[in-house]
Amino acid sequence: MFLAHVSSLQASIFSLLAIFSLLLAFVMLGSHWLRNYVYAFAAESWLIAALSAAVAYFGGYTELYIIAILTAVFRGLVLPYLLMRIVQRLNVQREIHAVLQPSSSLVVGALLVMFAFVIANHMNFQTSTAGEVVVLALTIMLSMKLLGFLMLAVRDQAVSQILGLLVLENGIFLGSQILVPGMPMLIEIVILFDLLIIVACFGMLIRYLVVHAGTTSSRQLNRLVG
Amino acid sequence: MLILFLAPLAAGALSLIVSRSRVAEYVTVLAAITDLVVSFLLLHEALEQRHTFLHNYILLDNLGAWVILCVSIVYTLASIYAVGYMRLLDEDERLPLFYALFSGFAFTMLGACVMNNVGVFWIAIELTTLISTFLVGFEQEAESTEAAWKYIVVVSAGISLALLGTVLFYWGGSYVLGPSYAMTWAALHGSAAQVYPPLLTVSFLLVLVGYGTKAGLAPMHTWLPDAHSESPAPVSAMLSGALLNASMLGIARFLSVVDGTSVSTFAHSAVVGFGIFSFVLATLFIVRQTGIKRLMAYSSVEHIGVQALGLGFGGALGIAGALYHMLNHSLNKSLMFFGAGNAMRAYQTKEIPMIRHVLKVSPVTGTLWLLGAVGIAGAPPFALFLSEFTILRAGIAGRYRWAAIVFVIFLIVVFISFLSHFRDMYFGTGPEPEVRSMPGVLWRAIPMWLAFLPLLVLGLWWPRGLWNAFMQIYAGLAGGTP
Repeated sequence: MFLAHVSSLQASIFSLLAIFSLLLAFVMLGSHWLRNYVYAFAAESWLIAALSAAVAYFGGYTELYIIAILTAVFRGLVLPYLLMRIVQRLNVQREIHAVLQPSSSLVVGALLVMFAFVIANHMNFQTSTAGEVVVLALTIMLSMKLLGFLMLAVRDQAVSQILGLLVLENGIFLGSQILVPGMPMLIEIVILFDLLIIVACFGMLIRYLVVHAGTTSSRQLNRLVG
Repeated sequence: MLILFLAPLAAGALSLIVSRSRVAEYVTVLAAITDLVVSFLLLHEALEQRHTFLHNYILLDNLGAWVILCVSIVYTLASIYAVGYMRLLDEDERLPLFYALFSGFAFTMLGACVMNNVGVFWIAIELTTLISTFLVGFEQEAESTEAAWKYIVVVSAGISLALLGTVLFYWGGSYVLGPSYAMTWAALHGSAAQVYPPLLTVSFLLVLVGYGTKAGLAPMHTWLPDAHSESPAPVSAMLSGALLNASMLGIARFLSVVDGTSVSTFAHSAVVGFGIFSFVLATLFIVRQTGIKRLMAYSSVEHIGVQALGLGFGGALGIAGALYHMLNHSLNKSLMFFGAGNAMRAYQTKEIPMIRHVLKVSPVTGTLWLLGAVGIAGAPPFALFLSEFTILRAGIAGRYRWAAIVFVIFLIVVFISFLSHFRDMYFGTGPEPEVRSMPGVLWRAIPMWLAFLPLLVLGLWWPRGLWNAFMQIYAGLAGGTP
């Protein structure tokens, strides 16, 4: 187990990177502007790439360097570019009718992080530095998951929903870099490509939505009930 | 084995390349029938011995082969029906695309059944979502686009929980097996007993909710009625009869991973809980339903709940009942969606109150549809009665007697409400509506017969060989090599 003999310096680097990515999730939560979401997502992906590289360096997992590069390129450049194109084409600049105001969603987000911490604490059985890093990683993994769901629930623009899904996946990616750096590389690469396809599909669907349903706000998708 | 995957791939590619709808139709039907034949052989093969290919990434075992058989039966029936149905939509130039997606959808589902690596299994399930989204939205109306959007958002969000659960499973295993190992079902099962129990509990719940979303267990079923009711009828049959089974396979395999560990009881209770909740909720929606395809969709939620109950009850009877139910539900629900598709096209509406005097309009297929409705409501002599009865016996014998009692009560409610909708449609009073005559009746009648006859036979006679197969699958599930 790589975490078993992690030094305190390494532990602080990992923690710093992980906490900053959680902060970026809050940036997304606290903003109205779709453009800011995309920038925050790109920055978050770069942080995750840096984390992969750090784990690769300290843990001696050479294949994680490849993952780091792929993460930076796909999640840090290609996906934000595609999303930006969608935003520009749709001509939607900001969330207007969000269910929760940014300020109150920040408060709810903070509560969710506490909840995630409680669960993470229950799942951990180690003490020492390794235990602390594990709890931190689990907390951030679960809370990004919950924050992603929060974004899916309170935002109604199609682009924000895609970003909510991507935050969900970012959380898993971040946690898995720290917890299971030895996970077979094939799977991680396939999941990366998978994401690319998902976003492409979403792009096509959004176009259909505009043409056939006349809106990209999920609030107005209310024909099918009961 | 190779043929199983090459056939739909080739059919899909050919449909796109040749780009003539007639060719695409026949090629798809041909591929589907090939798959059906091969899947029988594969089941026979897998019952004798389990095989692994490609460095352990691909596993052909009896459980997977069983689901493959169910999937290819629905694929065959639906592709025959599609020939008759899709011609009615007046979208001839987009048909090759439809058949290409259709075969691709079948390909990904069949692929998911043989994945031995838990991560790759997740990817295969995710791919089924992506492809079927475009099938759901194929009619390109406001409603179907809305359904497709809801489908992809809800299911992707749900299935990402399953990924999180998978990662946590792997992490738990890495304390036992070292930091890097092949994430096969057998490896997970081998290490599960030594994993810290709270971690195992959380991982299992995440996986259950994740694949449960895809399988349509309530309360994660919200995408299902929309997607099933808005997609073309052959696609609805595929979604309901095949896709739900492929995701149930994931739940069954994970359940067997945690079997024999300290959280095993809790895991079974969780599956029973979701099962009974789906069953009850779907029943309540069935009572007051007005859309004919939404009625069928909620009936799918109900029957997935029954399958989950069977898996959760466990034991030889529970597993056998759940597996038998899987096959019977595939057959019966295909029949029901075909009938609903016919009615929808003939009356040009999805509303039950607008559909009247079905027997006068279509005597033969109408009769089959009515008999299918009697079958799906759980009445003898049809096969669903046998499998539901078996699951009930498992429930009464086991520790979940309360669930079995709730199950019986709501079975009666389902029977009454489902058949009262059909009574209205067949014998209700009302003006005789304008009906348009449709070509291609034979293409739409044949798959209904093909679904109905086995249903009747299997309801009267549970073949000895099938029972032995179920017992073997049960032994495999309980013995730790899922």
